[in-house]
Amino acid sequence: MTKYTDQGKQDTRSGYGAGMTELGRTNPNVVALCADLVGSLKIETFIEENPERFFQVGIAEANMMGMAAGLTIGGKIPFASTFANFATGRVYDQIRQSIAYSDKNVKICASHSGLTLGEDGATHQILEDIGLMKMLPGMTVINPCDFNQTKAATIAIAEHHGPVYLRFGRPKVANFTPVDQKFEIGKALMLNEGTDVTIIATGHLVWQALLAAESLENQGISAEVINIHTIKPLDDKAILDSVKKTGCVVTAEEHNYLGGLGESVARVLASNHPAPQEFVATQDTFGESGTPEQLMEKYGLNNKAIEAAVLKVLKRK
Amino acid sequence: MPNTQELQDLVVQVRRDILRMVHKVNSGHPGGSLGCTEFFVALYNEVMELKDGFDMDGIGEDVFFLSNGHISPVFYSVLARRGYFPIEELNTFRLIDSRLQGHPTTHEGLPGVRVASGSLGQGMSVAIGAALAKKLNGDDHLVFSLHGDGELQEGQNWEAIMYAAGNKVDNLISTVDRNGQQIDGATEDVLPIGDVAEKFRVFGWDVLEIENGNDIEQVLAGLKEAKSRTGKGKPVCIVMTTEMGNGVDFMMHTHAWHGKAPSDEQLANALEQNPETLGDY
Repeated sequence: MTKYTDQGKQDTRSGYGAGMTELGRTNPNVVALCADLVGSLKIETFIEENPERFFQVGIAEANMMGMAAGLTIGGKIPFASTFANFATGRVYDQIRQSIAYSDKNVKICASHSGLTLGEDGATHQILEDIGLMKMLPGMTVINPCDFNQTKAATIAIAEHHGPVYLRFGRPKVANFTPVDQKFEIGKALMLNEGTDVTIIATGHLVWQALLAAESLENQGISAEVINIHTIKPLDDKAILDSVKKTGCVVTAEEHNYLGGLGESVARVLASNHPAPQEFVATQDTFGESGTPEQLMEKYGLNNKAIEAAVLKVLKRK
Repeated sequence: MPNTQELQDLVVQVRRDILRMVHKVNSGHPGGSLGCTEFFVALYNEVMELKDGFDMDGIGEDVFFLSNGHISPVFYSVLARRGYFPIEELNTFRLIDSRLQGHPTTHEGLPGVRVASGSLGQGMSVAIGAALAKKLNGDDHLVFSLHGDGELQEGQNWEAIMYAAGNKVDNLISTVDRNGQQIDGATEDVLPIGDVAEKFRVFGWDVLEIENGNDIEQVLAGLKEAKSRTGKGKPVCIVMTTEMGNGVDFMMHTHAWHGKAPSDEQLANALEQNPETLGDY
């Protein structure tokens, strides 16, 4: 197995910005829209190099989603970006009717998802967005784990025809996936093979899952770690193959346990191979102000929480 | 180019289509459809430059977006009679397995429709996006859109109106159907919209008015005038006054027929007022 190491802390939103820079240079149909958050989305280079392909819409997210839908008519590939809360909950009906139901090739790119945007607090900390987006027919939902994977995902979704929700975040976190790793939408990545328990993680929680697995190994527990960067379509086979082997599962995500990755995994297991499952996720609550680390600790979203969930689920086998 | 009498014959035939469609399924929105018949007939048969056939991208032709999707009957009838799909398909309006959904959609692949609409207030944003794509593509054709006046109560419109003017989207002609009615009553009673033309003007649009949107000559003149004002740094708005239910005496001067189908007797009466011109579907 590849031993993953932290190549240096970077924010996933900068991975998006780096991906956009590359797309600006390689795909003339890619256009970008932003609702007054250019600096936060790290797309300055794309704008500087392709000013005619950037649309600053102001603080008007509903209009942005509709404009993105319209730009596809004529062959453009719009990347509409803002904070996750304003990219989903605020404009759900615009996405539903003008993008998803209308089969438009729009990429909704959302930074500052989950709790770890930190001090701004609950008004900006959406923990429901995966659920909102995965419920839309035809919507692809992706939550990459680090800088490299976010950059790769950004580039990959331009080649995929159809609406995509790409979710990433603000804090600097471990960058550990290979810089040249191919990003295949819907294809789970096995990060650590194990036999006692399966840990299925997405987004920022993937690195925490690896840390937990390392600690568990020292306690004699063999944990398999799977990186689910694509929550929809879900890689059912990877999940079932692993859980058939280990017999139990912990899911980990920076999202409400209602509507998130955990429920998607539970559906696959319930339909095919019922097994004990524990959910590392927020427990149907809003967030609050604090540092990312404090919030992950308080809301049970770190390696320690994953470890505790593993010990619990092992008892239920 | 059809002459005015031919367009007028088409107007009457489209009215018959609308009435028969909503009557058959005892649902749908005849009022606004009847009020906008002249507009659709003029737009699709005289004003827009259209290619043969249909492709989603619409490069090299004018494109149209219906924002107030509930007036789908007039849209479907005019599309069918313009040759986008067989007119017999109007028989399937609102039925199971039909491409003619209650509100227009791309989802079933109906030629002529480029975005779903029905949830109000979204069409102008889409039209702006399409207009920007035309500019990026070096395509000098135009984007048209239609909006209900009641629909302007949706805030997204004002985001779009502000954007289009601020960014000089001057290949866009947005028409507001000022029939003064919405489901719960007169627009000025439900939530006053006030002077629509002035509101667009102060937002920075070039605005013209069609005083009688049920006079085919006036509609043609207004649309042609609007076209002549494109490409001059401002989006163009037409405030078009129409009569909801126009062409059927008992459906006019009321909001009652916004979303109600006629009975058998009412249909017979309405069709008598609009004698067959080009052949029923």
